[in-house]
Amino acid sequence: MSAKKTQKAKESKKAKKEKDDGLIRFKINGQAVEARAGWTILETARQNGINIPTLCFHPAVEPIGSCRLCVVEVRQNGYSRVAASCITPVQGGVEVLTDTEEVLNVRRWVLEMLLANCPASHQIRELAKEHGVTSTRFKVEHPEDACPRCGLCVRACDEVVGVRAISLGNRGVFKEVTAPYNQRSMECIRCGTCLYVCPAGAMEQLFPLVSAP
Amino acid sequence: MERISNVAKLEALRESLHAAHDPERPVVRVCLGPGCLALGANKVSRAFQAAIKAKGMGASVQPLIKETGCHGFCSQGTLVNVDPFNLFYVKVKPDDVEEIVETTLANGQAVERLLYSDNGNRYRSASEVPFYKMQQKVVLKNVGVIDPLKIEDALMAGAYRSLAKVLTGMTPDKVIATVEASGLRGRGGGGFPTGRKWRIAAENIRKNPGAVYVVGNGDEGDPGAFMDRTLMEGDPHAVLEGMIIGGYALGAHQGYIYVRMEYPLAIKNLGVAIEQARALGLLGENILGTGFNFDIRINRGAGAFVCGEETALIASLEGQVGEPIPRPPYPAEKGLWDRPTIINNVETWANVPLIMEKGADWYAGLGVPTSTGTKIFSLVGKLKNTGMIEVPMGISLGRIVEEIGGGVPGQDWFKAVQTGGPSGGCVPYELKDTPVDYDSLSQVGSIMGSGGMIVMDKRDCVVDVARYFLHFLEEESCGKCLPCRLGLKSMQEYLDKFAKGQGSPQDIDDLHSLARAIMKGSLCALGGTAPNPILTTVKYFKDEYLAHVVEKKCPAGVCRDLITYSIDPEACNGCGLCVRNCPQDCISGEKKKAHSIDVSACIRCGQCMDVCPVDAVLVA
Repeated sequence: MSAKKTQKAKESKKAKKEKDDGLIRFKINGQAVEARAGWTILETARQNGINIPTLCFHPAVEPIGSCRLCVVEVRQNGYSRVAASCITPVQGGVEVLTDTEEVLNVRRWVLEMLLANCPASHQIRELAKEHGVTSTRFKVEHPEDACPRCGLCVRACDEVVGVRAISLGNRGVFKEVTAPYNQRSMECIRCGTCLYVCPAGAMEQLFPLVSAP
Repeated sequence: MERISNVAKLEALRESLHAAHDPERPVVRVCLGPGCLALGANKVSRAFQAAIKAKGMGASVQPLIKETGCHGFCSQGTLVNVDPFNLFYVKVKPDDVEEIVETTLANGQAVERLLYSDNGNRYRSASEVPFYKMQQKVVLKNVGVIDPLKIEDALMAGAYRSLAKVLTGMTPDKVIATVEASGLRGRGGGGFPTGRKWRIAAENIRKNPGAVYVVGNGDEGDPGAFMDRTLMEGDPHAVLEGMIIGGYALGAHQGYIYVRMEYPLAIKNLGVAIEQARALGLLGENILGTGFNFDIRINRGAGAFVCGEETALIASLEGQVGEPIPRPPYPAEKGLWDRPTIINNVETWANVPLIMEKGADWYAGLGVPTSTGTKIFSLVGKLKNTGMIEVPMGISLGRIVEEIGGGVPGQDWFKAVQTGGPSGGCVPYELKDTPVDYDSLSQVGSIMGSGGMIVMDKRDCVVDVARYFLHFLEEESCGKCLPCRLGLKSMQEYLDKFAKGQGSPQDIDDLHSLARAIMKGSLCALGGTAPNPILTTVKYFKDEYLAHVVEKKCPAGVCRDLITYSIDPEACNGCGLCVRNCPQDCISGEKKKAHSIDVSACIRCGQCMDVCPVDAVLVA
């Protein structure tokens, strides 16, 4: 009886401690992890050395969940959903799985489509290869294109540099990195941040088109 | 009219309006809904004015011509209802007006030839017509009855009675509890319980006091859908009243209605309704003298389909690019200008006054337990009767198509029904007993959506249909997330291949896998539901996909690369109509003898088939 009591006391003590430290506890791939409120699943995973691939994510700018390579499966109360880990806040008690069939299916298709749409990007080819995607079944319309339209350059120019020299123009399949009014931007201070953050090496081609010399 | 300073005066005004109305006075209601307008309904209305003037009917009681919203039975437009004779005229042309004035208005007789007839039966009044008989008009009860540009008309029909009741006798909490108890679910497509949404917002406001906003979503962009449009055009006060009640429940002082620019009449009618409600003190400062302030502004959408998605709509309202942002946080927590915001479809808002007036129990008694109330659908496609309908939730799909829609002309079955617009699914004939409610539709892989219903027959090819919807969504994708921006285009590549008879059965499975990836991986509901037409058609019509890629045939005779036209020499009577209509001049034959088509020059446009009076043109 006393053993039971101590067990219970221990548990309640543990629960109290958990409540007090304000940490959120859940599992990633079966591994127990802790996170602070407001963290995303991706941040927590990286903190714990769990790899989730990303393309449009950069720690210096706000994530927008564009590329969807970072999708994970979140299971809770018997329900499961696929969510982009870079924008999904942590939640206590959930089970996150980073490599389920559903997740890999999204990732592989995204990479295969990227191979057709930004075939000139060496970085994307490498990333795809890491995930076993080496060829694409889709039409390559612009062999010289390297830009995945993730908007990381635009966000960095806005949030980090504070200049807003470039923007995303058009929409849907016609989306492109451009400068306001499709003119080469006079606002650009040629700091090179966009060149640095671009995950696909596309800015090298695009920079002369959007920045006034 | 004077500003109304308290509830008693509102009722007094209503009574004086009723007292001034002579029930014997003839009323001609001309449908000015979008369908009838396109057929020249305003000419009919003007003809009535002129004919009555010419007849000099001032001596007897002058008939009243009302230009109303949509009557619903669009395939029979222009529609005219004449009271108190309770006569329902269909396909009225300006030339028919004089006869109606002479026979009906002057002598009280029916113009037999303009009455609706079907299967040898002639129907005098609308309520007898099968198309209307099966319906249950609750939300639409005033649409087609009142003149939307006259608030007096709406007041006589009971508008703002619920508002008065709420403002004087119900606490905000009671309003939310009533909506919760009614079981009302969002009519924009998601089907989220409206009361719960309000409750969440109310709690967020308590935690984080400050401004709150109320938004009406009238950005209806689905091809073949016109429910919200009809409602905003035909009974704008119902939408306004619902929003004011919502504003009261949440302590909001500002509301916005987001209407797409392509609905100029809806914008005009809503604008007039807002002006008139403001003038009467039903909107604006100190509503009905209760001290409650609430105003509504109209925001015109620039035509992007994705702005119907709530977070994209809010971005657009703020003046930003109309792109969705990830949820959570939901707008009920952080919406317009980062403040708690309640955003509901305009049809949802129009349900609110009814719930307040008749009570949650009455509302919950309509429809089925998990999907209460009624739902408006636009019933279009290969049907005898097309138009806008309102039915209780839970009615079977087959009954809607066969009993209200009158079935497919000349065929005793339909192939499938696309519910929920371009991002809905194709429900095949075998599942015609599926009840139309949120959960049953999602079980068969489709969605309720905002209420579009497109009926297909054996001449519709599922590959072609899926291609059509996908093409629409591809053009409307905002391009923010990759699965949607590239995925819709990539799925289209597969379908284009199938339509040309290329590809293999493996490609069909690959397409299915890609569709699932897009469904799971997309940022917002546009991408998340875009694969529905493909997932459902592959599920229910896999044979037809296989026919395209294996046999290189399009069983429905639609995909141009897979079909050939020919003329049945037995059936052809040699009339030459096809010869005259062929744009390629590739049909030849002597008069009164069987014709033939030169297949090498034929572009498979199908015009010969459409014009042939004896159905001698075959497609295979």
